[in-house]
Amino acid sequence: MDLFSANNIIFFLLATIILVFGFLSVTTTKILRAATYLFFVLFAIAGLYLFLSYEFLAAVQLSVYAGGIVVLFVFAILLVKNLGEETEKVSFQKKLVGGIAAFAGVVVTLITAFNYGFILNETADEAVESVNMQAVGNALMGVEKYQYLLPFEASSILLLACIIGSVVVAQKNKEEKR
Amino acid sequence: MLELDKLVALIQTFLSDNIQIEWLVKLIEYVLIGVCFLALYAVLALILILLERKICAYFQCRLGPTRVGPWGLIQPIADMVKILLKEIIRIDKTDKILFKVAPFIVIMGSFCTFGALQFGKGVGGVDFNVGLFYMIAISSLGVVGILLAGWASNNKYTLIGAMRSGAQLVSYELSAGIALLTMVVLSGSLQLSDIIEGQAKAWYIFQAPIPALIAFVIYLIAGHAETNRGPFDLPEAESELTAGYHTEYSGIQFGFFYLAEYLNMFIIAAIATMVFLGGYQPFQINADWAEGFNNIMAYIPTWAWFFGKVFGLVLLSLWVRWTFPRLRIDQLLKLEWKILMPISLVNLLFMTVWVLIFD
Repeated sequence: MDLFSANNIIFFLLATIILVFGFLSVTTTKILRAATYLFFVLFAIAGLYLFLSYEFLAAVQLSVYAGGIVVLFVFAILLVKNLGEETEKVSFQKKLVGGIAAFAGVVVTLITAFNYGFILNETADEAVESVNMQAVGNALMGVEKYQYLLPFEASSILLLACIIGSVVVAQKNKEEKR
Repeated sequence: MLELDKLVALIQTFLSDNIQIEWLVKLIEYVLIGVCFLALYAVLALILILLERKICAYFQCRLGPTRVGPWGLIQPIADMVKILLKEIIRIDKTDKILFKVAPFIVIMGSFCTFGALQFGKGVGGVDFNVGLFYMIAISSLGVVGILLAGWASNNKYTLIGAMRSGAQLVSYELSAGIALLTMVVLSGSLQLSDIIEGQAKAWYIFQAPIPALIAFVIYLIAGHAETNRGPFDLPEAESELTAGYHTEYSGIQFGFFYLAEYLNMFIIAAIATMVFLGGYQPFQINADWAEGFNNIMAYIPTWAWFFGKVFGLVLLSLWVRWTFPRLRIDQLLKLEWKILMPISLVNLLFMTVWVLIFD
């Protein structure tokens, strides 16, 4: 396989963006900058999905994470934090625990990745068939094998409960103020 | 006749005949497409700016720009040169990185949406099988840039403008998205070329008149609110917030916000055209006696149909902008959450029933 094929160049470009901004987002001391770097990471991950011809997942990644979660983060920061305030200095103990957790995560990921036994696809350079939207819809709304109606409905009930819960919490605060 | 898809095919065969290396052909094609889209983006912005100024003048019984060129036609080019030459003012006590990044995020969201439009038969950038969903997803990225711009400027006005803008965009995105989903129920596809091809005989707004018309009106209102213009221009509100989130920007950095705003207006009109008004499909009457009429309509090139419809909707948007007074923030949120959102949800159900009965 050619090291400088277009596929490799695109992949390493995206991977570099993800790694660099991922590193920056945890090391920066300004909280809104961290959110912005996270936005770039999520955006580049959507690029990786597009690169795999998985457009549906890329669009979901963009709308849920980049467009939804990051906007929520930024909103929350703007509403809650004092402007321009820097994050607290992290104590050594926290750093140690965080480092160990991160290391354990890397080890687990590497072990799974190396034991998975990927099949090398010789025709990978050719255009990959993108996933049909009908197939995604059938998988989400069907009741047969490899179709996931029950988890889909369960998660929607969970979301509904969350929305009602947040409304209740918001109302209580209002009454206390009066 | 005057179709552009043959020109595209001609360029493609010319390149692949003359250059043997496959990846070089692809690279040249991609660069060409990118340059074409950038040029179109800029030219459309110039046209829209002139249109806005002329029509605003008409509504206010003025003449608008008249000095540069005949009827002031070259005015936007002079404006462009001016904005390119202007100094980009550096401001102390701003968050330097975020201040610089914010305009790029705004224009990136706008341009990525622009790239998925279908301008004519076989003329368009990307055509994903989730095209419409992709557009909804990526057009929502601009709000991040607006929030960052407002915060990074370190200014009360910009922050208030950004918060208003964020609240407005996040809320109106919902009913705009649901209105588009209503049409996806009718078309049965998310791919934009499929959606447009499905309207060859009759536009969707005529195929399911009642629910499609409701969805169309909701999409126009919500889309108009998403462009931060017209009666929904609270984020900028020049009389109370000087210029809202882009108060501190100057030169081409301000130009990016300006460009994105105008092109978002075009993009909203283009999405409405593609989903409700048949995109590049000509107007057809589905009856035997109208065959001659249909042939004449089909003779007009598809890109002319597309741009004609889009500019019609842009005119409607300008008309609204210069007619209605600005809403208050509570009226704005009430309109979305208590009126548009319930109507669009019920309308989605109505459309599903309609499709089950009539198809």
